[in-house]
Amino acid sequence: MTEPLLRVDGLKTHFLTRAGTVKAVDGVDLRLDRGEILGLVGESGSGKSVTGQSILGLVDPPGRVVGGRVLFQGEDLVGAGEKRLRAIRGRRIAMIFQDPMMTLNPVLSIGTQMVEAVRAHEAVSRAEAWERSRRALARVGIASPDERLASYPHQFSGGMRQRVAIAIALLHSPDLIIADEPTTALDVTIQAQILFEVQKLCHETGTALIWVTHDLAVVSALADRVAVMYAGRVVETGTVAEIIGAPRHPYTRGLLESVPSRNRRGVPLRSIPGMTPSVLDLPEGCAFRPRCDRPTAACTTMPELAGERDDRAWRCWNPVAAEVRGDAA
Amino acid sequence: MTAAPIIELDGLTKRFSRKLDVVERFARRLGAAVDDRAVQAVSGVDLSIAEGEVVGLVGESGCGKSTLGRMVAGILPPSAGTLRWRGRDLRELSPADRHHANLKIQMVFQDPMASLNPRLRVADIVGEAPVVHGLVPRRQAEDYVAATLRQVGLDPAYLRRYPHQFSGGQRQRIGIARALAVKPDVLVCDESVAALDVSIQAQIINLFMRLREELSLTYLFISHDLGVVEHISDRTAIMYLGRIVELAPTPELFDKPNHPYAKALLDEAPRVSVEKRRFAPIRGEIPSPLDPPAGCAFHPRCPHAMPRCSAERPALRAIAPRRWSACHLNETTGP
Repeated sequence: MTEPLLRVDGLKTHFLTRAGTVKAVDGVDLRLDRGEILGLVGESGSGKSVTGQSILGLVDPPGRVVGGRVLFQGEDLVGAGEKRLRAIRGRRIAMIFQDPMMTLNPVLSIGTQMVEAVRAHEAVSRAEAWERSRRALARVGIASPDERLASYPHQFSGGMRQRVAIAIALLHSPDLIIADEPTTALDVTIQAQILFEVQKLCHETGTALIWVTHDLAVVSALADRVAVMYAGRVVETGTVAEIIGAPRHPYTRGLLESVPSRNRRGVPLRSIPGMTPSVLDLPEGCAFRPRCDRPTAACTTMPELAGERDDRAWRCWNPVAAEVRGDAA
Repeated sequence: MTAAPIIELDGLTKRFSRKLDVVERFARRLGAAVDDRAVQAVSGVDLSIAEGEVVGLVGESGCGKSTLGRMVAGILPPSAGTLRWRGRDLRELSPADRHHANLKIQMVFQDPMASLNPRLRVADIVGEAPVVHGLVPRRQAEDYVAATLRQVGLDPAYLRRYPHQFSGGQRQRIGIARALAVKPDVLVCDESVAALDVSIQAQIINLFMRLREELSLTYLFISHDLGVVEHISDRTAIMYLGRIVELAPTPELFDKPNHPYAKALLDEAPRVSVEKRRFAPIRGEIPSPLDPPAGCAFHPRCPHAMPRCSAERPALRAIAPRRWSACHLNETTGP
């Protein structure tokens, strides 16, 4: 196997708080090839966002990456200095946040911000940077880009702002984009527009994408592969067809059955009992054990992420039988 | 439908207008055409809800669905139109009857943290209203609250706790218990499961359905999540820019939407599926309700728009038994 674009090995990000050590990310392994779209799925508190931030070294104190490696084209980013990270951020790896106002400065025009972003990494003339910004806006489907470059973020609707944030992420044709719930706050029709652009761009430019989300429906439509996180660990990984069609981890299956679907109209949903555990106070062994419908004595020790292949694995002692779900309509 | 509907909306309208400032009032007096910038959030909505029915109300942000829900729940007064409770116009009821009717319609909000008083204990949050309204004597309030909590799946041992000591799903249960405490007939749920994680959301949806059985409740279930609405409601209404554009029994609507907007909305909603798909988005964005397009509000984005659509607004008409749609296409091509 050739070296993947990104390999995350045993990543651990802990937050040292007065209440104790919060193991937000506790041994996450991921790999991503060029042009691939990975859906990183989990509920709140599962560590999916912190994983995305850790890859770029964006975790603020009291959080700290305390272990593991993030190999980006063979280079370990965990030990890298701030200067090196700054050279990579934006140019080689870009990030899109849920709230575009995290990316945009409210008091500068879009054009000023985009030109600055271009010239931060490349010595080009102002005119050329402007031209490139124009093209980036046009690429994400913004009409009359010249006019738009002169406007300020507050003059845009939520969907337009998110497009601008995506256009900024695209300025340097990065190798990897990490998108943290970028469409969660948007309406269905606007979300579809953004997903459409993103899908097209990854296809055209070969940019790899990590799409962090809680929304299984979006992931199933967009991604090539999926990693499901629970309490700071990846509990199952595989292709979309494998995860959605034949989940092996009881948590993944429970999540899928919790989504209301047309075939189960009016029937009570098979919900997962209990709630997501606090990462401050995790049970011994498998973190899902207290909510699982099939726990055994073995579950008091943490199972390894293992399975058929490196990229088709689950972290469970008693995996769900590999039946194909019939109701994935 | 045989009996009178439990709730009947007739041309219900809500306008929000901004007051003119001094300069504008002066300019207007001098004859300048100063617009009073009214936003018509809800325009002439007709809807009747039968007893025991679950009506889903779907739409994107700004379509007026929450405003409509608030008018039904009696939180916002309508600017025009009538709201009939069991066949009687609310405005014509005696104060005591109106009070009673208002109590019978309760609301469950989206964000329980914003709708629960952080300084009150659960016992007071849930127990205050039934005591004040004389449904339960103060001495028995605590037992009553405990029973209500049990009904929504909360341990009565939590009676003395404050809202911040609960998880999101539990807080939503408290919000539901507070609404149930005054023995309502109708619950207006405004995005009541939107802020919850998928696994918790399923628990709350199941709770709503169990309560419906146990207490024979009627719901107006407002959500932007099509999957949730499809799962829970008997009939679904789709709103666009303040108006209902399609209303039909849920299975029929989701199988064969009639209105182009309903079609587009259902196509765009991502579903859990093993197949990858290509997105083909609706053009453009939702117009501002400050300046709605003339004619059919959807015509600038509609793939089937014809000259008539920008000139004349289509009325909500019956296209089949129990099915209503507001589109000119139904007349040119037949229902």
